[in-house]
Amino acid sequence: MALSSKDQKSAESKIDNPTASATLLVPAVVKTWRLVRLLLSPFTAAGRTVISWVDNSGASTIFLFLALAKTFWHKQLSKIVQQLYYIGASSTTIIALVGFFTGMVLGLQSYHALVKLGAQGAIGTMVALSLVRELGPVLTAIMITARAGSAITAEIGVQRISEQIDALDTMRIDPMRYLISPRIVAAIISFPLLTALFDLIGIIGGYVSSVLLLGANAGTYLHRVQASLEMKDLTDGFIKSVVFAVIVATVCCYQGYFAHMRQDSHGAKAVGLSTTSAVVLSSVLVLVADYIVTSLLI
Amino acid sequence: METPLIEFKNVTKRFGRRTILENVNLQIYEGQVTTIIGLSGGGKTVLLKHIIGLIKPDEGTILFRGKPLNGMSKSEVDASLAQMSYMFQDNALFDSMTVYENIALPLRERTTMTKSEIDSKVMARIEQTELTDSAKKFPSELSGGMQKRAALARALVIDPSIVLFDEPTSGQDPVRKNAILSMIAQYQRKFGFTAVVVSHEIPDVYFISNRILALYGRNIVFQGTPEELEDFDHPFKDEVIRSLESLQKELTGLHSKRQFKVMYQGQMKRRSLRDTYCVAVFKLESLDAIITGLGHESAQEAIQSMGVYIDKHFGAIGGFSTRRSINEFVTVLPYSEQDEAEDMLADFIKDFQEHGISEIWAGAREKAAPGTCVDFTIVAGLAQGQPIAEIETVIASAESQQREIGRLQCRLQGVNK
Repeated sequence: MALSSKDQKSAESKIDNPTASATLLVPAVVKTWRLVRLLLSPFTAAGRTVISWVDNSGASTIFLFLALAKTFWHKQLSKIVQQLYYIGASSTTIIALVGFFTGMVLGLQSYHALVKLGAQGAIGTMVALSLVRELGPVLTAIMITARAGSAITAEIGVQRISEQIDALDTMRIDPMRYLISPRIVAAIISFPLLTALFDLIGIIGGYVSSVLLLGANAGTYLHRVQASLEMKDLTDGFIKSVVFAVIVATVCCYQGYFAHMRQDSHGAKAVGLSTTSAVVLSSVLVLVADYIVTSLLI
Repeated sequence: METPLIEFKNVTKRFGRRTILENVNLQIYEGQVTTIIGLSGGGKTVLLKHIIGLIKPDEGTILFRGKPLNGMSKSEVDASLAQMSYMFQDNALFDSMTVYENIALPLRERTTMTKSEIDSKVMARIEQTELTDSAKKFPSELSGGMQKRAALARALVIDPSIVLFDEPTSGQDPVRKNAILSMIAQYQRKFGFTAVVVSHEIPDVYFISNRILALYGRNIVFQGTPEELEDFDHPFKDEVIRSLESLQKELTGLHSKRQFKVMYQGQMKRRSLRDTYCVAVFKLESLDAIITGLGHESAQEAIQSMGVYIDKHFGAIGGFSTRRSINEFVTVLPYSEQDEAEDMLADFIKDFQEHGISEIWAGAREKAAPGTCVDFTIVAGLAQGQPIAEIETVIASAESQQREIGRLQCRLQGVNK
């Protein structure tokens, strides 16, 4: 487009005058820079997320090892027993209930699927292997996350924002030793025991639905359960439950302990969001870890 | 020269882009009550948390008994910090533990004491802080004042040599504020620890402090005695002291020392050098015995009632008064000669014996446990001065002439005057 003589003169004068040309250049550079930033923003956000994720993974690993290193102290036993009661003993009812109905559903579904194939004798195998290898460890971990994990995060988070953890520091009581270590150790002990309970009650649930309610053969069911389960199935299930215990306890304690460091909120809201994050993250990580551990063990 | 117990040398602390403390230099001496005053959000708590090691400085050095903390081994730092206790502004009591368990916690976790030794020590602190009936209660079941006492008991249970108090009187009514300050002063004398107090309670906190540190504009702008602070000329006084002093009338309704001085100087400017005025000094004696017998809150109620009564009586006839120390009041009668002032004082004594002492007792009794008794003695002295004379000399003269003007003896059946 041709410039009018007035505009041409003005442009020429700005080219002759370096200050004027710089004035022209600055808005153009700013515009270009804004455009570049806009185009790069998804990558920036993704980069920030990855950095934050790597940062938190490293920090929570150090957190876990610090807590485990502080386990061996003569005054820890009573605190571990206390947490065993809270995480383990208090969760037995809910674990038994969920295990029983999971087993019943498995028995029911297996019965109807296998009847069509004329293989109802394999119900016991299906129920036992599903429970011991997969459903037992995974559902136990998720149930404990919901019941005890969320409470651990909320409790530690409240202690953090109300300066109770700072108070421990001022009393020269190590908060990692006093608050975190007993919880992680208690979780590592409780998870396999609760998984065993879940498996046992689940198998009973399968028996109730398939044998007592649907009329499958009791002897065949029990024989198949006993014959199909090998020691490896049990140890693999327990290895998984220990891995899940470490994940759930570390994530829940970590989220509560650093509730005050959240960038998105403060105070009570930070505790609420940390609790939500702890439950969601633990559940997702349990499923991710389940796949990884299964692929390594199989 | 005495080595400071704690010393800051050019300490700077930043949070992100915000500088909270900048080149802070201060000294805290052993066995004293040092009070840090300053505006809210000015970094007082950050400063206090540096002392106990909750926050580390970005620049500068903190010295403990002359040795830099950052040059000490971990065990030396632990040993140094283990001598300190910290009382948080919001108490930071463990809400899932009873008062007893809260107080016992540091002993259970940090010492090898037996259960019975812990029990006797904890119960002793519970009794000293008047919490015997609340030992089995949870913090949420206690009043604000009781929670403060529980936090104080927890801070003192390890027999610390240094106790840091972060706004110990926040959220309390005027009587409880003064009761807590009086409690700190009493325990400091009793246990001999070094106290560092962050407080807004001006001028009440002056009565218990040996030294004042003024934090203003990210720096310590004043270090010295409360008396030296009176003569300190700095924008800090206008912005901080005067704004905080406006709240001082809460307890007794009397003028602050500064306001009293301004009024005195204003009156004296209008007088010729030959004119006379009189000063009366009133004192509630045996305050420690009253505290022991009735508790801190009752003692503060008694002081409050006494201040209110003096102000009411002498304010009506042109006098003005201030609280000179924790249990002493000064009244200036600007237009009176000795004889006239003697008559005024006689009127006051008569009125005081008839009504005032009962009001003081009524105030104290409101907060005291049923059945508790204590003897109150109130003394007063009068002296005449002239504008040319220093008011302090006249006050000293009035103090030397103090005599008993009222005594209240409590018997189980009632009160004898």
